[in-house]
Amino acid sequence: MRVAIVIALLVLGSILFHIFSPWWMTPIASNWGSIDSALMITLYICAIAFVGLNLFLALALLKFRARAGHKAHYEPENVRLEKHLTLWTGIGIAALLAPGLLAWNKYVTIPDKATVIEATGQQWQWGFRLPGPDGVLGTAAVAHMSPENPFGMNPRDPYGRDDILIETNELHMPLGKPVKMVLRSKDVLHDFFVPEFRARMNLVPGIVTYFWMTPTRTGTFEILCAQLCGVGHYQMRGTVVVEKQAAFDAWLAEQTTFGQQLAQNEASPATQLARADAKPVIGAR
Amino acid sequence: MATVTIADDHTQFYHPKTWIGKYVWSQDHKVIAIQYALTAIAIGLVALVLSELMRLQLGFPDTFHFIQPENYLQFVTMHGMIMVVYLLTALLLGGFGNYLIPLMVGARDMVFPFVNMLSYWVYLLAVLVLVSSFFVPGGPTGAGWTLYPPQSILEGTPGQQYGIILMLVSLVLFIVGFTMGGLNYVVTVLQARTKGMTLMRMPCSVWGIFVAAIMALLAFPALFVACIMTLLDRIAGTSFFMPTLMSMGKNPGYEGGSPILFQHLFWFFGHPEVYIVALPAFGIVSDLISVHARKNIFGYRMMVWAIVIIGALSFFVWAHHMYVSGMNPYFGFFFATSTLIIAIPTSIKVYNWLLTLWRGNIHLRVPMLFAIAFLFTFIHGGLSGLFLGNVSVDVPLSSTFFVVAHFHMVMGVSPILVIFGAIYHWYPLITGRMYNEFLGRLHFWITFIGVYVIYLPMHYLGFLGVPRRYYALGETAFIPHSAHVANQVITVAALVVFVAQGVFFINMIWSYFWGPKADPNPWGAASLEWQTPDHPPKHGNWGDKLPVVYRWAYDYSVPGAARDFIPQNVPHDESAKYHKT
Repeated sequence: MRVAIVIALLVLGSILFHIFSPWWMTPIASNWGSIDSALMITLYICAIAFVGLNLFLALALLKFRARAGHKAHYEPENVRLEKHLTLWTGIGIAALLAPGLLAWNKYVTIPDKATVIEATGQQWQWGFRLPGPDGVLGTAAVAHMSPENPFGMNPRDPYGRDDILIETNELHMPLGKPVKMVLRSKDVLHDFFVPEFRARMNLVPGIVTYFWMTPTRTGTFEILCAQLCGVGHYQMRGTVVVEKQAAFDAWLAEQTTFGQQLAQNEASPATQLARADAKPVIGAR
Repeated sequence: MATVTIADDHTQFYHPKTWIGKYVWSQDHKVIAIQYALTAIAIGLVALVLSELMRLQLGFPDTFHFIQPENYLQFVTMHGMIMVVYLLTALLLGGFGNYLIPLMVGARDMVFPFVNMLSYWVYLLAVLVLVSSFFVPGGPTGAGWTLYPPQSILEGTPGQQYGIILMLVSLVLFIVGFTMGGLNYVVTVLQARTKGMTLMRMPCSVWGIFVAAIMALLAFPALFVACIMTLLDRIAGTSFFMPTLMSMGKNPGYEGGSPILFQHLFWFFGHPEVYIVALPAFGIVSDLISVHARKNIFGYRMMVWAIVIIGALSFFVWAHHMYVSGMNPYFGFFFATSTLIIAIPTSIKVYNWLLTLWRGNIHLRVPMLFAIAFLFTFIHGGLSGLFLGNVSVDVPLSSTFFVVAHFHMVMGVSPILVIFGAIYHWYPLITGRMYNEFLGRLHFWITFIGVYVIYLPMHYLGFLGVPRRYYALGETAFIPHSAHVANQVITVAALVVFVAQGVFFINMIWSYFWGPKADPNPWGAASLEWQTPDHPPKHGNWGDKLPVVYRWAYDYSVPGAARDFIPQNVPHDESAKYHKT
C-alpha cells in the first residue's frame, strides 16, 4: 500500500523536478540543434515509458496486494500480448533511433567549405593552430617537438610556415563559418568539450581526430577537458571566443606564424652563438 | 570425483571432519558461497567508504584538506573497480551462483568442488593484492576504473609507479580465479541437474547466473590480455597501447601503439560485464517477484529467451562506450542500432515482471519491497541508457554526470537492491533464522528513497554539462551556484544512505545469533532449494536421495491445488491443473 503510493509520488516528483529544475542544457551556440531535437524526442518517449510503467506498477501493487480470501490469477503466459508489447516497443525504439542516426549522419559528414582549426592538448593545457592563407595545416610530429617548437611543426614543410600558432588557452572563431576541428594530443587522451557547442571528440595521441560545427552565437565559452588526463584534469580549461568576422580578423592579425617564430629563433643571439662557435658575432650578449 | 558428486550414492561423498576442513578449506559450495559473499561485501564496504569521501569532496570542496586531487582520482578508480568487479561480479556469481546453482538444480555440489575452492582462494588473493596497493608508495592507481593508457602508466597519474601494476596483477588473478568458478557453474548446470530438471524447468535465477557465467568466460579474456599488454607496456617497454608521445617534456621512447585498441579490448569485456552483473540480478528478481506475488513468472519461456538474447547481443554493442573516443565515427551507426535493439528484450523482461504482479497476491515483505524498488530504479536507469546509446544524443552527455547517474542507477543501485532483496529472501535458508522485519523495512525505505535523491539530480547536472571525474568544479561560467547546492544535497543524502547500511549489518548479525528460528519454507516457495531434508541444508544437500523434479519452478496458485504453491519435487496429481514444460 505504502510502497504503491511512494512509487506514484516518485513519478510525480520526477515530473515536477524536471519542470522546475534550474539545471538544463546550456543555450546552444552551434548548428547542432539536430542533436538537441534527437535528445528531446528521446526524452519524451522515455518519459512516457517511465510514467506509464511505474504507474502500472503502483496500480498493480495497490489492486493486488495480499488480503484474506484473495488468490492470484493463474496464467503461465500470453503469447499474443507479449508479441504486441514487443512490436510497440520496437516502434518506440525506432522512433527515437531514427532522429539520432540522422543527426549522426550530419555529424560524420564534413561540409566541403569547412575551414580547419587544430586544437592540441597536453597535460594540462590547450594550444591551437590555424592554417594561414594557404588553408592547409603543415605536418607535425612528436619527433620535432622541443621547447622552441612545442607544436612539433615540421620545419621542412612549406605548408607549415604560414600556420598560426596559439600557445595560450584562448581560441577565437568566426561566427557562422563551418569549422572542422582537428584534434591532436601530445601525451595522453583528452577531450575538447564546450557544452554550448554540443559537438565534441577525444584527442588521441598517435592519431588525428576531428569533428565539425558552425558557431551560431557570439560569446565566450569555456573549454573543459572531458577525458580523464591525470592529476590536473580538472584544471585543464580553455576559452573559445566566437566573434564576428572583422573582430576575428583583427585578432588573427595579432598572432604569430610558425615562419615568424622560426625567423625570431634564427635571429636570437643564442642560436647564432651556437652555430658560429668558430667566429663569435660582434655585439652578442 | 565429478561422478561421485552428481551421483545418487551418498556414501562415497567426502565429508571433512575438522573445523578447518568444513569452514576454511571447504569444498562445500554453500560455504564457498558464504566466503565469496563475505569477502565481496567486506571489500565493497571499502568502496562504499571511498564513495562517501568522493561525495564529501564534491559537496564541500576546500573543506577536507586530506582529499587532494590525487586522492580524489584514487577514490574514483578504486571505488569503480571494486564495485564492478570485486563486489558485484564476485557476489552475484561467486556468492549467489555458488549457493543457488546446486540447490536449485538438485545437485549435491558443484561438479568440481576442489576447483571451486581454489577459485575462492585465488579471488581472495586478488582482493589482497588490490588492497595492498593502498599501502605502497604513491598509493593505488588513479587512472579511472577504465585504466585507459597512455595516461594510466605515465607520470601525472597517481599510482603510476606501483599502484597500476598491483591493479593489473590483481585483475589478472581475479580472472584466473573467476575462470575456475565460471567453468564450474556452467558445467554444473549442464551436467549435474537432477532427474526431471530440464533446462526449461530451471528457475530464472539459475538461467541468469548460467548465461552470465558463459558470458564472463567469453568476455574476461579480453580484459586479461589488455591487462597483460598494459603490464608489458609499463614494465617491459613494449608499445601495444603507447604511441610516440611527449610526456611532461620527455619522450619516454614508446612508438606506434594504439590507445584505442585498449579501449576496444576493455569494452569488449566491459559491456558484457554490465550484463554479467545484470543477468543474475534479472534472474533473481524474477524469482523474488514470482514467489512473493504467489504467481508464476509471466511468460517464463520469453523470460529465458530474453536472457539468452541479451547475453548474445551484448557482445555486439561494446563500442557505444566509444562514440567520441576517436574511433572511426562510422562505427556509430552500427553500434547505436545494435545497442537500441537490446532495449527490446530488456523491455520484455520489465513488462513480464509487471505482468507477474498484475492479478497476483502480493505479499509486501522485505525481499519483495527490494524487488519493487529494483523495478523502479531499473526502469529509470534502463531508459536513461537510451539517451547514451543513441549515438548523437550521447555526444553532449558523454563524460558528464548524466553518465554517472545512468550507470549507477542501472548497474549500481539496481543490482544492489536485488542483492539486498536476495539476502533477505534466502537468509532463513542460509542461517535457519529470520531477520528482523522492522529493521529490514527501515533499511529498505532509507535506501530506496535515498538513492533516488542522490541520482535524480545528477542526471540534470549532466544535461547542464557538469563533467565527471573533476576534483573541483571551481568557477565555471555555465555552472550556476545552485548546482553546488545540488552537490551538497546529494552528499548529505549519500551520507544518510551510508549510515542506513549500518541497520542492515546490525540486522544480519543480530538475527544470526538471536533471530527467531525460521520455518523450513517461510515464503512457500516452489523451487528446489527450499525442499532440502535439513534446514539449513547440510553438506551434500539432499541427504540419502536426490530429489526428482516433476514440474517447473513456478506452480503458484494453481487452480485445484490444495495450497497456493506446489514444490517442484511433488509428482503430478490429477486434481490440480498441470502446466506442461
